[in-house]
Amino acid sequence: MVGSGAGGPRSLPREEFPAFFEALRAEGYSIVGPTVRDGAIVYDRLEGVDDLPIGWTDRQEAGRYRLERRGDRALFGYSVGPFTWKKFLFPARERLFTISRDGPSFSVAPEPTDPTRFALLGMRACELAGLDVTDRVFQGGPVVDPGYSARRSRILRVAVQCGQAGGTCFCVSMGTGPGVRDGADLVLTEILEPGPHRFLFEARTGAGTSVLARLKTAVAPVADERTAGEIVARTASSMGRALETEGVRDLLRETLSHPRWDDVARRCLSCTNCTMVCPTCFCSTQEEVPDLTGATVERWRRWDSCFNLGFTELHGTAVRKSGLSRYRQWLTHKLGTWHDQFGTSGCIGCGRCITWCPVGIDLTAEIAALRVPPVSVTKEAPR
Amino acid sequence: MPAVRRPRLAVWKFASCDGCQLSVLDLEDELLALADRIEIANFREASSAVVDGPYDLSLVEGSVTTAEDAKRIREVRAQSRVLVTIGACATSGGIQALRNFADVEEYRRAVYARPEYIETLATSSGIAEHVPVDLELRGCPISKAQLLEAVSAFLGQRAPNLPNDSVCIECKRRGNVCVVVAHGTPCLGPVTQAGCGAICPAFHRGCYGCFGPQGSPNIPSFLAHARDLGLSAPEIRRVFRTFNANAPAFRVASESAAAEPEAR
Repeated sequence: MVGSGAGGPRSLPREEFPAFFEALRAEGYSIVGPTVRDGAIVYDRLEGVDDLPIGWTDRQEAGRYRLERRGDRALFGYSVGPFTWKKFLFPARERLFTISRDGPSFSVAPEPTDPTRFALLGMRACELAGLDVTDRVFQGGPVVDPGYSARRSRILRVAVQCGQAGGTCFCVSMGTGPGVRDGADLVLTEILEPGPHRFLFEARTGAGTSVLARLKTAVAPVADERTAGEIVARTASSMGRALETEGVRDLLRETLSHPRWDDVARRCLSCTNCTMVCPTCFCSTQEEVPDLTGATVERWRRWDSCFNLGFTELHGTAVRKSGLSRYRQWLTHKLGTWHDQFGTSGCIGCGRCITWCPVGIDLTAEIAALRVPPVSVTKEAPR
Repeated sequence: MPAVRRPRLAVWKFASCDGCQLSVLDLEDELLALADRIEIANFREASSAVVDGPYDLSLVEGSVTTAEDAKRIREVRAQSRVLVTIGACATSGGIQALRNFADVEEYRRAVYARPEYIETLATSSGIAEHVPVDLELRGCPISKAQLLEAVSAFLGQRAPNLPNDSVCIECKRRGNVCVVVAHGTPCLGPVTQAGCGAICPAFHRGCYGCFGPQGSPNIPSFLAHARDLGLSAPEIRRVFRTFNANAPAFRVASESAAAEPEAR
């Protein structure tokens, strides 16, 4: 069967999964994917299958995340963790260029781009949707971000369809998952039962086909395709959260004075965690870092957040001084004005902002509350 | 080097442990380049050779705890063009500001064999409560990187880049897993100012708040959150009464917690 990657779905037994790592390496990729570190499943460099979170799952609620043992040896039996693939395309800190004095003039040395080609192993359907969002942000307009674009051109997107939904997941509401539709090079479905532990592989692009061609796969039985569909359907029916998206753009435009904003502002810590864990939040700031001699200066870019007081600082004072104005800015942008700016919602329904908010602020609950018209204090309803 | 006079630097000590001054000496790799650009004119921790003022840049460590120091800081201010405070003591009064919540007379009698030898004020206060301060560097101790940034900005005659964001943003940039959400460990990160590089959470510890309050801390929400994590009112009071007990937002936090009943 070697070399027969193209065509319909293929089947690979779990015991052969190490060969998939070898195939990715043979195609020139460095593999990054899920691994257990510090009590969470994070995305990091992977040496082999043993680095995967074998037999681990995550239990998530608003403001709470815990790793737990599964009763089986699933490789991808979790939902999503605290980190996103964004960090491989839009790093948390990045030197953009270095300027050096050159006699009476100066010279600018652009930062060389890292030639590493990453295989992003274990991308979820919602995360592929997130990649589409950041593509629009960084390279969809007239100005293309060179660093993002260079790194983006070198990745291989290996998606894994979700076998379970997390407690804060709502991809069904956002129309982004759990089944993988577009945007992947390879799509995997992990089948734990019935029968032996195995994987269904589908190549969606030439790059995916090249990897698959290096694997000894078999034509997947029709029953396995059906099982994969059932896995996705089961996940879809067990979403931890739901968000009513109907008319949400208008809702957010029309409720700017709703008392719910005061309520959420009383809880919001302005700590930035929601924006740091969001796969689509893209705000950054730039700073000059000169050396002490004044001979060179480096331009760095680092993640910033609309929750920081300094984010809207103009002429020494912040435009959005209150926590209320900052939370409202974030949510109205994410679910509302993002459409006007990028032609899509900024939310992919992954639930990270809910889980990783220390005080458990849940945007699905906030939207639901904004849908309830405020009770007028001036006129009382007749009894 | 050009014939222009190098700016003169002075480093002053008030009530403190000397740790922040040591951060200056700890700039090992940069110290020679620094000495090329600036004349270290008065730094008794480093050298007994002292050049008289006035000084272009004064770094002030420590808090004001005696009447004598309250007078001395005015003299320091008078001979300093730019005055930068370094560390939690100089910014908010430091650990010694715990006296601000207690009876100093009682401390004096309990601690010293000859209490009559001790002349002290009833409070420990930050430098800005006594004289105008141009810039404050937070932390216990300060961050070397921020110190270098402050001095570099002074030399370059530019605004220093010292964000008043929360520790959380540094924690996430560093790639730490949140100790609160993933482990249930109480952490002052959400209300504390960045600058340390999120050292404690990187070692699976909660933030101790040694950089003081962030730019817009939400103390009431944080107190409710701390109670949800299972901290008792005395425990909450305790976590806010350390390095920056007298910083206004942290003072409000510990006093609010203290006002609550002891048992939940």
